[in-house]
Amino acid sequence: MNGALVPIQNCTVDMIRIKCPYCGERDHSEFTYGGDASIKYPALDASESEWTKAIFFRENIRGMQKETWHHTNGCRLWLEVERSTITHEIKSVKACHPQIEKITKHK
Amino acid sequence: MTRFNAWNVFKNGFTGQKNWDRQWRDPVPKKEYDIIIIGGGLHGLATAYYLAKNHNKKNIAVLEKGWIGGGNAGRNTTIVRSNYMLPGNHEFYEHSLKLWENLSHDLNYNVMFSQRAHVSLYHSPGAKDGAARRYNIMRLHGTDAELWDLDTLKKNIPHLNYNDARFPIMGAAVQRRAGNARHDSAVWGYARAADSLGVDILQNCEVSGVKRSQNNIESLETSRGTIKAKKVGFAVAGHTSVLWQMAGLGNLPIESHKLQAFVTEAVKPLLDHVVVYGVGGAHFYISQSDKGSMVFGGDLDWYKSYAQRGNLPMVQDTAEAAMAIMPCLGRIRLLRHWAGVMDMSMDGSFFICKTPLSNLYLNAGWNYGGFKASPASGWYFADLIANERPHKHVQNHNLERFEKGINIDERGAGPDPKLHG
Repeated sequence: MNGALVPIQNCTVDMIRIKCPYCGERDHSEFTYGGDASIKYPALDASESEWTKAIFFRENIRGMQKETWHHTNGCRLWLEVERSTITHEIKSVKACHPQIEKITKHK
Repeated sequence: MTRFNAWNVFKNGFTGQKNWDRQWRDPVPKKEYDIIIIGGGLHGLATAYYLAKNHNKKNIAVLEKGWIGGGNAGRNTTIVRSNYMLPGNHEFYEHSLKLWENLSHDLNYNVMFSQRAHVSLYHSPGAKDGAARRYNIMRLHGTDAELWDLDTLKKNIPHLNYNDARFPIMGAAVQRRAGNARHDSAVWGYARAADSLGVDILQNCEVSGVKRSQNNIESLETSRGTIKAKKVGFAVAGHTSVLWQMAGLGNLPIESHKLQAFVTEAVKPLLDHVVVYGVGGAHFYISQSDKGSMVFGGDLDWYKSYAQRGNLPMVQDTAEAAMAIMPCLGRIRLLRHWAGVMDMSMDGSFFICKTPLSNLYLNAGWNYGGFKASPASGWYFADLIANERPHKHVQNHNLERFEKGINIDERGAGPDPKLHG
């Protein structure tokens, strides 16, 4: 999907709704966009070029990407969201920190 | 191509102005070109024009996936300014402003450049000091800059909210030579001028594949067939990463975000300047078009996107900023709003540079500032492609600057593309 330039259809233009695992479905304006969630930081003693790649270089996917959102005006959880950068459709939402799952399940 | 001049307008008046030539040809793609620029926006067309004009290059094509003026060239707020501070940026944008000042004559096309002054409001003594620092640096480099106190500002722009603004207006940092140009005219003017120098402008020609050998590009797969190229320049703004990965080159220090612009119904003359308001979370810039419409914009939509459509929360934010600074706009009706895909870079500065491939050159990372930059962008990109070395003004605008620690971060916002608005 990344390469092919498909026409933009059924694109969400008003409000993205994010299903926060703790608070439920909310407007995206309650959240702060973080960024690419696929980035893995290298070891502290890794080379400068590895750190440069992790901090400054992005795949910038045109299609479904994993990204982080912070529920700033809600439970303040950091979430990992799978969202299309073409249509804004959301495929999945989960808490970034694996331990949080226990709390959200309890809820 | 018939030149635009008083005599030709008079002569064509006898035939109802119906016998003008088309502004640029619609050529059939050749099998091979010496230089192919991908992206028929302002930057790509300006590059082709200066390659032909300044460097006497022949056999050039510009590939455009849609039509001329359908991308970001037609999606901006048309502001031209050169109030930059950092080395590399101030020379570049000042050169661009100088090109704008003579562009209508140079292209023989009225780009309606109007040096109506760019007025950036400040709202606290600290902001005034910051503006004084930036604008003094500009003056030291020979760019015009001045500070207006509150009385001067009130005299020049009486309609701002001087009474009960949440952040009281204290004055403004002003660049008088800055202003607006007509976006369509600029892109059409470059297309027409490039075409008249023999450049092939290939519209509806979308690149779908890049065929390369070990370290250079051999040919491009396009919707109008395979085209070979000796040199290739990328100038595609928001879709740079897509093309970059088509060439198998991996990641770039760029994220694509969308930025909205707004236009209202036409009203009588209200605002003679470009006014910018930015304090706290607000960001707002406004001017009045020659037709009378108020043209304005705000922040990015805040999340990464390739959709050329804006969201409604940002409409609300921008409207709030408008009401904070110009409450007289309260009952004006919005005619249209739209979004363009911005190639937001990691330090807010652009790239005009060589690439890992020997015959590929990169022009990208224009963030919010692509429109005003386009003449100089084309100028220096053509210089790079023709001479195969970067001009000293853009020598650090490359992909290696991050690893070297010489980021060109005008705003000091750090490595987060969405913050470089």
